[in-house]
Amino acid sequence: MITSNEAIVAETYPLEAQQTGLQPISERLHEWVTTVDHKRLGILYICLGLLFLVLGGIEALIIRIQLAVPHSTFVSPQVFNRMFTMHGTTMIFFVAMPILLGFGTYLIPLMIGARDMAFPRLNAFSFWITAFAGFLLYFSFVGGGGLYGAGSAPDVGWFAYAPLTSRAFSQGHSTDFWTLSLLLSGIGSIGTGINFVATIVCMRCPGMTLGKMPLFAWLNLVLGGMVILAISPLTAAQIMLCIDRYLGGHFFDTQAGGSAVLWMHFFWIFGHPEVYILIIPCFAFASEIIPVFSRKPIFGYPVMVAATVCIGFVSFSVWAHHMFTVGMVSYANSFFTLATMLVGVPTGIKIFNWIGTMWGGKLIFKAPMLFCIGFLFQFLVAGLTGIMLAASPFDWQLGNSYFVVAHFHYVIVGGILFTIFAAFYYYFPKMTGRRYSEKLAQWHFWLFLLGFHLTFDFMHIPGLLGMPRRIYTYEPGRGWEHWNLIVSLGALFQVAGVLVFVFNLSWSYFTGAHAGRDPWDAWTLEWSTDSPPPSYNFAEIPTVRSRRPLWDQKHPEDPDWHYE
Amino acid sequence: MTGVSRQLLNLFANFCFVSALGTPAIIAQTQPLHGPDMFNPQSTPAHSIFDLSILVLKVTGIIFVVVVTLLTYAILKYRKRAEDNDHEPPQVFGSNQIELAWTVLPILVVLILFFSTARVIHAIQDAKMPPNALEVVAVGHQFWWEFRYPKLGIVTANELHVPLSDASQPRPTSITLLSADTDHSFWVPQLGGKVDLIPNRINQTWLDPHKPGIYLGQCAQYCGTQHAKMLLRVYVDEHERFEDWASQQKRQAVNDPRVAAGRRVFLNAACMNCHSVSGTSAKGVFGPDLSHFMSRDTIASGAASNTHENLKRWIQDPEAIKPGSLMPAMKLSDEDLDSVVAYLETLR
Repeated sequence: MITSNEAIVAETYPLEAQQTGLQPISERLHEWVTTVDHKRLGILYICLGLLFLVLGGIEALIIRIQLAVPHSTFVSPQVFNRMFTMHGTTMIFFVAMPILLGFGTYLIPLMIGARDMAFPRLNAFSFWITAFAGFLLYFSFVGGGGLYGAGSAPDVGWFAYAPLTSRAFSQGHSTDFWTLSLLLSGIGSIGTGINFVATIVCMRCPGMTLGKMPLFAWLNLVLGGMVILAISPLTAAQIMLCIDRYLGGHFFDTQAGGSAVLWMHFFWIFGHPEVYILIIPCFAFASEIIPVFSRKPIFGYPVMVAATVCIGFVSFSVWAHHMFTVGMVSYANSFFTLATMLVGVPTGIKIFNWIGTMWGGKLIFKAPMLFCIGFLFQFLVAGLTGIMLAASPFDWQLGNSYFVVAHFHYVIVGGILFTIFAAFYYYFPKMTGRRYSEKLAQWHFWLFLLGFHLTFDFMHIPGLLGMPRRIYTYEPGRGWEHWNLIVSLGALFQVAGVLVFVFNLSWSYFTGAHAGRDPWDAWTLEWSTDSPPPSYNFAEIPTVRSRRPLWDQKHPEDPDWHYE
Repeated sequence: MTGVSRQLLNLFANFCFVSALGTPAIIAQTQPLHGPDMFNPQSTPAHSIFDLSILVLKVTGIIFVVVVTLLTYAILKYRKRAEDNDHEPPQVFGSNQIELAWTVLPILVVLILFFSTARVIHAIQDAKMPPNALEVVAVGHQFWWEFRYPKLGIVTANELHVPLSDASQPRPTSITLLSADTDHSFWVPQLGGKVDLIPNRINQTWLDPHKPGIYLGQCAQYCGTQHAKMLLRVYVDEHERFEDWASQQKRQAVNDPRVAAGRRVFLNAACMNCHSVSGTSAKGVFGPDLSHFMSRDTIASGAASNTHENLKRWIQDPEAIKPGSLMPAMKLSDEDLDSVVAYLETLR
C-alpha cells in the first residue's frame, strides 16, 4: 500500500520541463543516440521493430502476389526464395524481438518502482548491436554476392538447414550476412535477457516481494532466463557455421562427413523456446490489459506464475517436434509428442484464467481489450492446431505444408501481433502523454481481424490438400488455386488495417488530447507517474503492500493486502 | 472452379503481369485421378494417419466449442452496460478448486491423445516388412528423384512404379531414402506421411497401395532454387502390369541404327557427363538415367509432360521450363538438336 499520495506520485521538476523542446534538433538527436535511459531505449527498440515490420511486410506481400495464381512469373524462384528467407528472419529477429524486448525495457523499471534497468549501459549496447545486426542483414541485398556476383540476400530459409548453408551450396556472402547478423542480434538479446533478470531480481521497490510483483514482471523474469538459455545455442551454432565456411570445419558440412541433423538440433533447441520467448511477453500484456478492462484483479495469480514457469521448463524439451520427419526412432517421436502435448496444459490454464478474469467483471471494449480478445480466440485455435501437429503421425502429413505455415502465423500474427497492437494502444498514452483516436483504433481492429482470418484461416486448407511450403509456384488443378487467391486478398485488408494504425499513432502523437497520468484507471505503478514519465521515473521511490498499489490508493477502505 | 472465381483469378493475374495460363504444354497427358489429398488415403500408413487425424480433430473440436462458448458467454454477459453505476464489480482473486479442475481435465485429455498417437507411431514406424516386399532406394538430388530397384537391377527417375498391394496379394514396398546433396522430403499424401532424405543418413519408409493409379507428391523439404518443381509421381500397377514394366526396364537400351546421328551427338556433347544410357559409354550419374526415357510421362521431374516440343525446349533452354535447374543449356545447332531428340525418342 502507498503510505501517502506524495510517495507514489512523482513531482515534475520545472527545470526539465523547460529543457525539452527548446534544444536544437542536433542536440536532441545526440541525446537519443547516447542515451542510457531505459524509456528512450525502449522506444528506440520499438521504432526499430516498426521499421523492419514494414520491410518484412513488403516481403510478405511479394510472396502473396506470387502465390495468388498458379504458374505466376511475378518474381523468379531465386527472388522468391530470398523473400521468404528474409521475411522469416526479419519478422522473428528484427520485428518481434525488438518490439517485445523494447516494451519490456520501457515498462519493467516503471512497474517495479525502479529508476532504470540494472545495467543501463549494457541496455544501450544491446539495442545498438541489435540495430546494427538488422542493417547488416539488409546490407546483404547489396553485398551478398561478394566480389564476383550481383548482390543478393540469403536464400536458405529462416532455419537455414545444413547443408544448404555450406560453401558448396551457398556461394558468395549471403549466408555470411545471415550468420553474422544472427550472431550479433543474439548477443544483444542475451544482454537484454541478463538485464531483465538482474533488474527484476535486484531493483524492486520496498514492499514488492516476488509474490507482489505484477504478472508482467514475473513473465519477463521467466522470459529473461529463457533468452539466456535459448539464444546461447543459436549463437554457438552460428559460430560453428562460420568455422565450417571459413576455417575448414565440418560440423554441418555433409560432404566432409558433417551432420545435417546436428544443425537441426542446435537450431530448434533455440527455435522452439523462441516461440515461447515471443509469446510470453504477449501473455504479460494480456495479463495487464484484461484485468484493467474487466475491472477485476487477475484470476489465479499464483497459478498463472506457476504455469509460466512450467511453460519455461517444458518448452526446452519439445524442440524435436520440428523434426518428426527426419527419421527419429519411434520412442523419440513418442517422447516429443508427449512433451509437446503437455505444454498445452499450462497454456490452457492461462487461457482459462483470462476468461476467469473476465467472468463477473464489467468489460470495457476499448481497442486494447478488443485486440486481447482477438488474441484469446486466435491463440486457442493456434494451440489446437498445435495439438494436431504434436501428434507426430499427423505431423508427417501436415509438417512443412501450408498447414504448418498457417499454424505458426496464427501464433505469431493472431497471438503475438494482436497483443502487440493491444500494448501499443494501452501504453501509447503513457509513452507520449497523448490519447489516440479510439474510432480509428476500432477501424484498425476490424480491418485487421477480417484480413487476418481471410488470410490465415484459408491458408490451412491448401496444406491439408498437400501443398508444401516454400514453393515459388504450383500447378493448377490440384485444388490449391482458389484458396491461395483468398489468402492473398486477405493480405490487402491487413495492409489497410496497419495503415490506419500507423496514421492513428502518428496523428495522435501531434494532435491527441492530453492523457494525464492514469487514463485507464489502472492499478500498477507505471500509471502513478507522469505521462510521459520523467527521466528519473519516480520523484520518490514508492512503497507497495499489494500487487495493485493504485487500487489500494484509490480504495483505502478495501485494500488488496487484506486478501493477498 | 466457378465462372466468377475464374474471372477474378484472371483479373488478378493480369494485375500481377502473370501468364495465368502458364508455360505452354505443362499439363501431362496421363493425369492422376486425385490431387495430393491426405483425406483420401489409399495405403495402410496413410489410413492409420487418417484415422488418428479424425480422432484428434474430434477432440480438439470439442475443446474449441467448449472454450469459445465460455469466452462468448463472458463477452456477452459481462460487458459494461450504460445503465451500470460506477461501482467496481466484486474483486475475485481466484479459486483453487476451479484451478485444479482445469489442470487435471486437460492432463487426462493429453494422456488419451498421447496413447492413441503412440500406437500409430509404433504401427507405422516399427512395422516388419514381409520377405516378398519390393525394395526401392530413393535418392534425392537437386531437383529430381532417382529410384533404384537393387534386386531387379532397375534405375529410373521421378516416376516411381510399385505393385498393387491388396488383400489377395499383399506386396508392400519398402523405400530406403538417401540424399546426394541437400535435404529433401518424400511425400505422397495419399500413400503415407513424409520422411526426409538427408545426406549422410539412411531413412526408411514404406507403403502398400490398395488401389491402382497415379499418385501425386512432391519434395516437401526446401532443397534449393527449384524445390517447387521437384515433383513426384507414384504409379501403382496391377501385378502383371508391374512385371511387364519391370522386364522392359531391365532390358538394355534400344540401339536403333536409324538414329545413329543423334546418338553420336549425345555421346559427343556433354550429355553423357551427367546421364547414363545402358549399353553405351554414357555413364553419368549427376542426372536421371535415360535408358528407358520414353517410358516416362514427364520430364524435368514432372515440370513438363514428355512431348516432342517440350523435350526440344528442355534440351535447348532448360531455364524456360525450370529456372535454376542444374541442367545446362546445350546450345546445339538446330540439326543436332533434332537428331538428339530423335535419338532420345527411341529409348523406350
